[in-house]
Amino acid sequence: MSVQWMDTVPATAAAQSLSPDSDPCPTGRIAGLDVRAGRPLPFGATRVPGGINFSVYSTGATAVTLVLFRRGAEEPFAELVFPDCYRTGSVYAMTVFGLSADDFEYGYRIDGPWQPERGDRYDSSHILTDPYATALGGRETWGEPDDRKYRYRARVAPDDFDWAGDRPLNLPMQDLVIYEAHVRGFTRHPSSGVHWPGTFAGLAERIPYLVELGVNCVELMPVLEFDENENRPSGLHNYWGYSTVGFFAPKASYAAASRYGRQTDELKNLVKQLHAAGIEVILDVVFNHTAEGDERGPTLSFRGLDNRVYYMLTQDGHYYNFSGTGNTVNCNHPVVLRFVLDCLRYWVSEYHVDGFRFDLAAVLGRDSDGSPLANPPLLETLATDPILMHTKLIAEAWDAGGLYQVGSFPDYCRWSEWNGRYRDAIRRFLKGEPGTVSEMADRIVGSPDMYLRRGPVASVNFVTSHDGFTLHDLVAYNDKHNEANGEHGADGDNANHSWNCGHEGPSADPGVLALRRRQMRNALVLLLTSHGVPMLLAGDEVARTQHGNNNAYCHDSELSWFDWHGLAANADLLRFTRRAIAFRHAHPVLRRRWHASGHAHGALFPDVSWHGVRAWTPDWSAHGRLLAVMFHAESTGAAEGAPDTVYVAANAHWEGHDLELPGLPAHLAWHLFADTHSEPYAAEPGAEPRLGDQERVHIGPRTVLVLVAREPGGS
Amino acid sequence: MEFQGKMHAENGVATIRLIGEVDSRSAHRLNELIVAAAGRTPRRLVLLAEDLTYLSSAGLRSLVFAHQKMGRDVEIVLVGVRPEVAETIRLTGFDRSIVMQEAVEER
Repeated sequence: MSVQWMDTVPATAAAQSLSPDSDPCPTGRIAGLDVRAGRPLPFGATRVPGGINFSVYSTGATAVTLVLFRRGAEEPFAELVFPDCYRTGSVYAMTVFGLSADDFEYGYRIDGPWQPERGDRYDSSHILTDPYATALGGRETWGEPDDRKYRYRARVAPDDFDWAGDRPLNLPMQDLVIYEAHVRGFTRHPSSGVHWPGTFAGLAERIPYLVELGVNCVELMPVLEFDENENRPSGLHNYWGYSTVGFFAPKASYAAASRYGRQTDELKNLVKQLHAAGIEVILDVVFNHTAEGDERGPTLSFRGLDNRVYYMLTQDGHYYNFSGTGNTVNCNHPVVLRFVLDCLRYWVSEYHVDGFRFDLAAVLGRDSDGSPLANPPLLETLATDPILMHTKLIAEAWDAGGLYQVGSFPDYCRWSEWNGRYRDAIRRFLKGEPGTVSEMADRIVGSPDMYLRRGPVASVNFVTSHDGFTLHDLVAYNDKHNEANGEHGADGDNANHSWNCGHEGPSADPGVLALRRRQMRNALVLLLTSHGVPMLLAGDEVARTQHGNNNAYCHDSELSWFDWHGLAANADLLRFTRRAIAFRHAHPVLRRRWHASGHAHGALFPDVSWHGVRAWTPDWSAHGRLLAVMFHAESTGAAEGAPDTVYVAANAHWEGHDLELPGLPAHLAWHLFADTHSEPYAAEPGAEPRLGDQERVHIGPRTVLVLVAREPGGS
Repeated sequence: MEFQGKMHAENGVATIRLIGEVDSRSAHRLNELIVAAAGRTPRRLVLLAEDLTYLSSAGLRSLVFAHQKMGRDVEIVLVGVRPEVAETIRLTGFDRSIVMQEAVEER
């Protein structure tokens, strides 16, 4: 039987022609390319039938030129000056026909006044990247220098990813357990055993680990394109990446698929797979400054497009520096506000991101002259935007200009905050500092002194984050050890509230080591039984160390990578963390949406009550170092009608104590979930052993106990 | 080498043989063959890639297009694709939507 094969049509102009009834046709030629006046919206470069639509705005430009490159070419193949009739307002728009999104890179030259004292820094000798570029070329390989004249090369990203029904998970905020991780650092270490170390795909390979650990949200340190080589003369990398060059572009070198221009798909696939595993994705975004620095910094994009619009400037044209990096984004300027909004909408709609953590977010509430606004337009806009309506918004509510807004960040009943006061209170209590019990009490019930109107979900609780000591180092060092950062110890926080347990740094003393491990367990279990949203730093569950460095932003090395050998070496701590997370998931009484009142409202116990060595008798005195809290709910959402009662005792005293327990009705008994002093340290949730003595329990020195009331034999 | 494609369909199986380079200039011609194949409402689409010398990002886009054009019920089998292309397909999760084989399997 003969087979009839259909052949492709020969490549002729006819085959590529546009359908005459609907598609726009060229109306002119510029620099040898077919063009027509473009559409001003959307901004950026967009696929349209037959070509690409370019739209860029600049308030002070006198002329704008589109510069086109073949992918990777040093020199452009065409420069197209926008005819004046292609301008609408201050928006320059042009459709260029015959361009394929996969083949070219583009940038802009902006002509305009050079008057730095007035804030204008237009200079057409620079080729500027498009702030709306959805992908950037040139940074595909981590650490590889790019000395081309035009470095961060705007591209049009593929947009054909198949989400197969995925969408943001919309987990209730109070149910989250956040895990803060660095994409490269998570699997870059040879011990990770993944096929694609240090990439989105590598992280995706390790999703089973996250599932087993029990976290349901990963917060990724910056994945928007940055240049890790920006401090190249110093020989150090910008490993963390808090220095954005492409706000719409994923970091190409975090993607093994970037050599095919498919970094966008690799990140989308990571999000999709995390969602399939029940894990949300929060991106750490940096809108307080850009990578352009101050007047000594490079001109990459914003400075040459509209310096006066994008940056906060002094009256004589210098850069305000509330970010500590040289410049400050002028976030509440209406144009910049819309840029930020467009960007976040893009990440939510295109990448299905579940939330954002905003670096130095106090900057986002400042006016153009830097003064704090009572009602910052940007923060209100983000809080009320329809596309972002269910997106988690978390502020790092301070900045480098001294504005500290933890507890007072303009929140519109939407914003949560990194609760820096939780971190400090827990650290000081665990150290055994006097006078810390009463503040610690406020912190573990969701900081009602700060967030009563907003509920505990406003408080993202943490003991450690990427910024500062790891948990291991918090209990192994009194002082930071940042010599390797090359700043002679000038960088990094000095107020760490850390304690080395008797010896600075590595120790062979079994007593010191045992105490450190107990202190780590204490911190983890307090964090995971507190009201509010707990956040863990990746690696703390396996005692990751940075050898006392509390500002490892510049180290792309084993100092900062997750060492997967730790899973075996610290199996007991990992198991403890996993069980503490599972215990939190099992007990709705720990995950309150609204603060407890202290009243019983006819129930068996108040929703929160305080205890000491004697039940119902807390010691609030300045020399007290022991406190117990009992959480109770008569019926909880998870199991209607089933009461949930959890008792947490924290002893920061160097001596043990006997605790009198609150009496339970006859059908209930106290069961021991965790005793950080004695093995096995924590039980499998639901299988906690019954306490032999139901009236008294011993708490060891520097120990946390967690008890749960339930019917003997049941769970 | 310029792209050439051939398609035939019988017994519910559409087969497209890819020869030469699929890049941004030729990808639309592959798309046309995919549209023609979809018109035969096959239950299976086999893409023979042994004679494919190059598949660009635009070519990958054609594969995604094939998946979306055919619908979820049609199995798409990609045969003999080069290792680096196979890797990219895996990295972007597209391997969950198609079947990759080193050679044609009898079935």
